[in-house]
Parts: sequence; structure tokens; C-alpha cells
Amino acid sequence: MFRKLQSLDEEVTVYVDGVAVPAEANESVAAVLLRQSPVWARTAPVSCSRRAPYCMMGVCFDCLATVDGIASTQTCLTPVRDGMLVLRQKGRRSVRP
Amino acid sequence: MTGGPDLLIVGAGPAGMSAAVVARRHGLDVLVVDEQSAPGGQIWRNIETAADTSRAGILGKAYSDGADVVRRFRASGAGYLPGARVWHLEPGPRAFIAQNGVARCIDANAILLATGAQERPLPFPGWTLPGVMTVGAAQILLKSSGQIPDEPVWIAGTGPLSLLYAIQLLKAGGRIAGFLDTAPSANLAGAFRELAGAFLGAPGDMLKGFGWLMALRRQVRFIGNVKEIEAIGNEALERLRYITANGRSATVDARLLFVHEGIVPTIHPTLALGCKHIWNAAQDSFAPDLDTWGETSVSDVFVAGDGARIGGAQAACHLGELAALRVAAKAGRLSRAQLAAVAAPVRKRLKAALAIRPFLDRLYRPRSAVFVPPEATLVCRCEEVSAARILEQAAAGRPDPNQVKAFTRAGMGPCQGRQCSYTVASLLAAKEGRTVPDVGLYRVRPPFKPITLAELAALDAGAVIP
Repeated sequence: MFRKLQSLDEEVTVYVDGVAVPAEANESVAAVLLRQSPVWARTAPVSCSRRAPYCMMGVCFDCLATVDGIASTQTCLTPVRDGMLVLRQKGRRSVRP
Repeated sequence: MTGGPDLLIVGAGPAGMSAAVVARRHGLDVLVVDEQSAPGGQIWRNIETAADTSRAGILGKAYSDGADVVRRFRASGAGYLPGARVWHLEPGPRAFIAQNGVARCIDANAILLATGAQERPLPFPGWTLPGVMTVGAAQILLKSSGQIPDEPVWIAGTGPLSLLYAIQLLKAGGRIAGFLDTAPSANLAGAFRELAGAFLGAPGDMLKGFGWLMALRRQVRFIGNVKEIEAIGNEALERLRYITANGRSATVDARLLFVHEGIVPTIHPTLALGCKHIWNAAQDSFAPDLDTWGETSVSDVFVAGDGARIGGAQAACHLGELAALRVAAKAGRLSRAQLAAVAAPVRKRLKAALAIRPFLDRLYRPRSAVFVPPEATLVCRCEEVSAARILEQAAAGRPDPNQVKAFTRAGMGPCQGRQCSYTVASLLAAKEGRTVPDVGLYRVRPPFKPITLAELAALDAGAVIP
């Protein structure tokens, strides 16, 4: 859906649902998700329809995903780190892992 | 707790950074907390990294101008905590923050909320589909990640940001399938009355804006006076339907749609704190009730920048400076006479920076469907509550937004009403022949930003848990 204007500077690797994908140090996890196909971050809790990053500034919460084990992380506010584990989040959160 | 800063600033955008610089100049101990990982706010996002890349040329001078403000902020000696979320505020004033997995409490002599604005919620059928994003989001991706759409996009909206992003995208080599201008043509009469003031006060900005508009009309398919849009698709956006005010309708293939209907002040923090708010009719939004220095109805809590009223980056800088001067005077660093003398030129520059606003507010006032969407529209994105269900509540005699929230779950999801609060108020107002300020918004409760139980458990010993 999106592409980088230039080749990656300071390339790191993050794992999206187990798949290794290249990313640029300090860009947001949401920006990385928007370069994957298909683009989505989580499913909605009622209809289970797919949602993708929408506002990129922390006010819509549609970019929530499980990042390094922490559920409902706002990926648009989370900078990537080498080796980061990102899991798209499905349905409602539960207290149990 | 003691030993807190003289001034705690929330937000490192134009207002927060300018306030920090002025407060430091008058000897105050200043701490700035910000959600982002680098200073600049949304307008100058990632400026320190992007300034030396080809992106700076694409984004233009108004963006590059931020580099100097960030430099002065960095050199000011103010403390700075990036990646920090403020999740609760109390009179005192006292702020609760979470950073690096730990929550803590900061008591300050004064707090300045420079939390800026968010894009106005603009519900329409299909707006939750992947492929639909705000124009602001697309611009943030360009600034912070240097990325643009890899296929032609549709842009639907009003306001300077829509035009600016379209121009930046073309400059970056992106493609625009079409631009749907949603500003009602009826706005022109009102805007015309403000035209002279805008041209006299901000000739450069006016010429720049007309230049963008002319360039777009020349280079891309431009459809004006669009009244309704609908995004259609199963798992993602597939088609876009639009209807113009004169009844022209079309359905087109679309994979990406960027929407924008202006911005509104961020009021979650001041609502949570119980500050008095007013209705800004010219900008169709609530705003904290402030004195001429930016102080709220809660003593020693100030608001500056677009969080006070939408005025743009330059105005935000001046509002931040004024608030900082007042805090310095309250702390005894400036006499009354000195305060007046130092503030006078700042107020003059503020007035000049706001000269274009009455024109922009009138020209880009959103169409009615932005406030009262069709019944099938999901109003609450988080809990998936439609406009029809909100209207049912009104019919059942539950006119208060908090009652509607309790019965439908609208506003109870993770965004805490940031995307549906205005729409619920507008729907109830329309149904009952009331006004939005009369209906009001949801009550905002802490934590107004998400925190984990682990962060909460690590809250400083001795601090009061709210």
C-alpha cells in the first residue's frame, strides 16, 4: 500500500506474525505494517472485521497490536527495534495471555 | 511529593517548545514530557532527522522552519522526557505519566498543556475499512517514515492540509486518482467577507494557498462540492462512491482514500481535569475556557497552541510564549510592568499569525454530513455502534451522551470517545432540536491514555493513586 521514497537507512528486522520484514530504525511499527500486504493491524472486537492504522497520531486506536508480548500497543506511537515481535491482534483482549 | 519542576509542559510541539525556551530564559526549572520519540509535534514531526534529506524539499519551508525552534528547545536547558504518556491530571497541579514501562507522579508549580489538535472525526459509511486513512496520517507517514502510497490515491476533504498534502505527494512522485473537494460552495459567501482581512494580514499564505489550488486543478481530476462519500469493500477498500451537491454521483475503483475535514483541539486532558470549556462556534468545536494568558479555570493549569483554539504553528509558538511569561511572573521572575512590556510584542505577532483564520474557518467549514452521518454509518469505531443505534437511544428518551454510552457501549472502547464523542452529541442534538454545546460530551475519566497494570504497579511509593 505504501512504499519508501529511499532505500532503508539503518535497516533492522522485525517479525510480523512470524514473518521477518525489513524496517528502518526509529520508524513506527504502524508504518511497517502499512508496507505489508494485505494491510491490517487487528480485527474489531464485535464484527471481527479487519482494521488498519487510520490516524497515525494516537487518537483512533485502530493500529493496536501485540508488541513484544504487550497487547493493545498503539503501534503508531511505538518505534521499531531490531528483533521486535509484532502479532496482529484478533478480537477482544483477554486478561489471560 | 516535592522537588517537582516550576513548570511541567505536556507536548513538545510548537507551543510546548516555545514555552520551554521562554520559561528557561526567565530562570524557571522546566520539564517537557512528550508522547513522540523526538521533538516537533505533528507539524514538525521528525524534523531533526528529515531536515537533511530530500524529504525536507518535498515538505516545504513551513516544515523546515521547525528545525530552528527544535534547536533552540534542545539548547534551552529544559528537561525532556520523550516517549512519555500523561494518563491522569489533578488540581495541584499534579500529572501522572508512564514512560519506559514505569508510571510516576509529578507535582509542578504550574502545568502547561500543549497537546495540540486531532483531526476532526468524520464518520461516513465504510470509514473503518483498511485503505481509508486520514490525510494527516498520510502526511505523518511522509514526514516520519519517508513513505508514500505505491498506487494512485483518492483524497476527499477540505482544509489547507488536504491541499498541502496533495501538493507534497505530487512533488514526491506520488499519483492522485482524484481530489474530491467537500467544502460546501455555500461557504464562499461567508469566506468572501473575510477575504480582505486575510489578504491584508497574510498575503503570502493566501497566495500560497491559491497557488496550490490552481496547481491541483491543473494536474489532477478535481471534483468540487462533494456532499457525501461512501467507502465500499469487504476486507479492504475496493470502491469509492461520491455524490455532489448538484446530484452527480459516481462509483470508482479505489484502493486508498485519504480524508480530512479540519482539526479540533485536544480536550481529553482538560475535560478529565474538570476545566471549564466553551463552545467555539466558528470552529464547530469545544475548547478550554482560558484567560488572556492561557490559564484554565483550574489554577496554575495552562493551555497553549492548537489545544486552545486552532491557529496553526506560528500562533501556537506565541501562545506558548505568553503562557510561559505568565508562569514566570507568577513565580516572581517578572514584575507586572515587565510582564506587560515583554508580552506586548508577542501579542502583536499573535494577532498577525491569526489574521487568516476567520477566512479559513468560514471557507472550510465542514458539510452537515460530517456532523450527522447517514444512519448506517459506524459512529463508534471501537465498539462498532451505528448512527441508527444512537438515534434509537434518543427516541427511547435517553438524551445524555453518558446514558447513550452506558446503553450502547459507544465511547467505551480504547479510543475513549476521541472518534465518536462529537458525533454522538451532534446526532442527539439534531434529533432533539438542541445544540451540541447544550448536549455536551462524554465524561472523561482516568486513565485517559492506556497504561499496563505493570506500569501502574510501579507507580512511585508515596504517590496518591487516583
